[in-house]
Amino acid sequence: MVNIKRKYVIPGDLICEGNYSPLANVMKIGNRFYSTRVGMAEISREGVKVIPLSGIYIPRVDDIVIGKIIDYSAFAWEVDINSCFSAYLPAQSVFGKDFSPAKDSLVKKFDIGDLIVGKIVAFDRTRDPLLSVSGPGLGKVSKGEIIRIAPSKVPRLIGKKGSMIKAIENYTKCKLNIGQNGLIIATGPPEGILLAIKAIRLIEEEAHIADLTKKVQKLLEEGGSVGKVDR
Amino acid sequence: MGRLIDENGLRVDGRRVNELRPIKIEVGVLKNADGSASIELGKNKIVAAVYGPKEVHPKHMARPDRSILRCRYHMSPFSTETRKSPAPSRREIEISKVIREALEPALILEDYPRTAIDVYIEVLQADGGSRVAGITAAATALADAGINMRDLVTGCAAGKVDGQIVLDLNDIEDKEGEVDMPIAVMLNLNQVTLFQLEGILTPEEFKRAFEMALEGCKKIYQIQREALIKKYFGSAEPIQVE
Repeated sequence: MVNIKRKYVIPGDLICEGNYSPLANVMKIGNRFYSTRVGMAEISREGVKVIPLSGIYIPRVDDIVIGKIIDYSAFAWEVDINSCFSAYLPAQSVFGKDFSPAKDSLVKKFDIGDLIVGKIVAFDRTRDPLLSVSGPGLGKVSKGEIIRIAPSKVPRLIGKKGSMIKAIENYTKCKLNIGQNGLIIATGPPEGILLAIKAIRLIEEEAHIADLTKKVQKLLEEGGSVGKVDR
Repeated sequence: MGRLIDENGLRVDGRRVNELRPIKIEVGVLKNADGSASIELGKNKIVAAVYGPKEVHPKHMARPDRSILRCRYHMSPFSTETRKSPAPSRREIEISKVIREALEPALILEDYPRTAIDVYIEVLQADGGSRVAGITAAATALADAGINMRDLVTGCAAGKVDGQIVLDLNDIEDKEGEVDMPIAVMLNLNQVTLFQLEGILTPEEFKRAFEMALEGCKKIYQIQREALIKKYFGSAEPIQVE
C-alpha cells in the first residue's frame, strides 16, 4: 500500500487534477478527473478510480455468479443473474461435445427454478453473457440458505484478500459461497448461518466505514443473541 | 401593479425577490425502486423513482449501442386545487419529454447497451415550478440508482412578476406573473440541459433572470449534494479519508 488517497464523491465531483490514468467510474476531461458514481474515490500510482456504493450488477468475464434458471430451449438455459442482462448457458457446455437436442433433455440437468453457481466466460455488452458450470465449485446448488445483498457491496464483504469473509467463516463455522452478483449461499449449522447473516447485514449497512473488519469481528465474538432470519 | 409584490418588496408568500422557497431533499425513500428521492420545494411534494438499467420491453425499442431513458412526469389527481384527471394530459406528456431531454445529457447511456432506464416523477402536491423540482429529484434518484452520470442535474426557475425579476416562482406568481423561465443545469460541467421561457423579457432582464436562476440552482445543488452524502456517508459533510 503506497500512498493511496481516498475521498467520498458523488457524480460530477472533481476528484483530482493531473497526469493519471482513468481506471473505473471516472470521467476524464483534459487532465481533470470527475466521478460518475456515488462512492469512494481512490487515487493511487496506477490511476484514479471510484468504488461505487450503489448500482446494479453488470457482468464481467471470470465473475462467479449465483443464478436461477428461468427458461430453457432445446439448446440452452436462460439464467437470471440479478442483472439487466440474463445469462445464457449452452447445453453443449453441460452435456459435452456429443450433445444432441433430440436425445438429451435439458430438464434432466437443470429445471426451471433451480439455482446454479456459474462462471461468466464471455461478455462484451453487445450480447448476453455466456455462462459455464464446468469447474470446481460450480454447478447446481443443492442446499443452503440464500442471502441477497447489494452487488456493489460484495467487494467489501470479501475484504482485502478475502480477510472479511475468512473471519466470518471461521467464527460461524459456515461455508459462504459468494456470487459477484450479490447472492450468497450459506451452508453450515443454523446458529452459524444466523450469525453470518447478522454480520453480512452490518457490512451492507456500513460499507463506507473504514476499519469495518474490526467491527465485524467484535460482532462475531459477541455472537450471542440471534436475530431474525431474513429470506 | 403591486398586487404580487408589496411596497416593502415582499412577495405573496413573504419572500424577497431573490429568495428560494424552503427546500428539503431526501434520498432512498422507496424501498422497491433501484433509486429514489423526494423533494419538497415550498408546497411542492414530489417523489422520483428510478428503475434500471433493465431489459427493454417491448424489445424493438432497445438500442444496440446504448440504453434508452424513459420518463414519466405525472400529477396525482389530488395534487392540485381542483381534481386533476389521472390520465396523462397534453401538458404532462410534454413535460415528460423535456425532463427526459434535460436528464439525458447527464447520463452515460452508452455504458448500458440494450437496456432501459425508467424514471417516474410523481407530483403529490403541486405549487409551481414542479418540473424543475422534478428534474432535481430525478437526478438525485439516478445517482442513488448508481447509474453512470457525467454530473448531477439541478433545476430552478426565475421569472418576472409585477415588472420585477424574481427567483423560484410559486403557483400564484406562475399563473398571474408575466414571465416564467425554468432552467436546468449541470453545474460542474457548466452546461444548460433545459431552458424554457414563457413570456417576453428584454435582453437585460433576461440576463438578470438567468443569473438569478443559476444562483438558485447553486443553492439547490448544495442541498441535493448533502442529501446524497447523508444517505451514503452518514454525515452532512464529506469526510476526507487519507
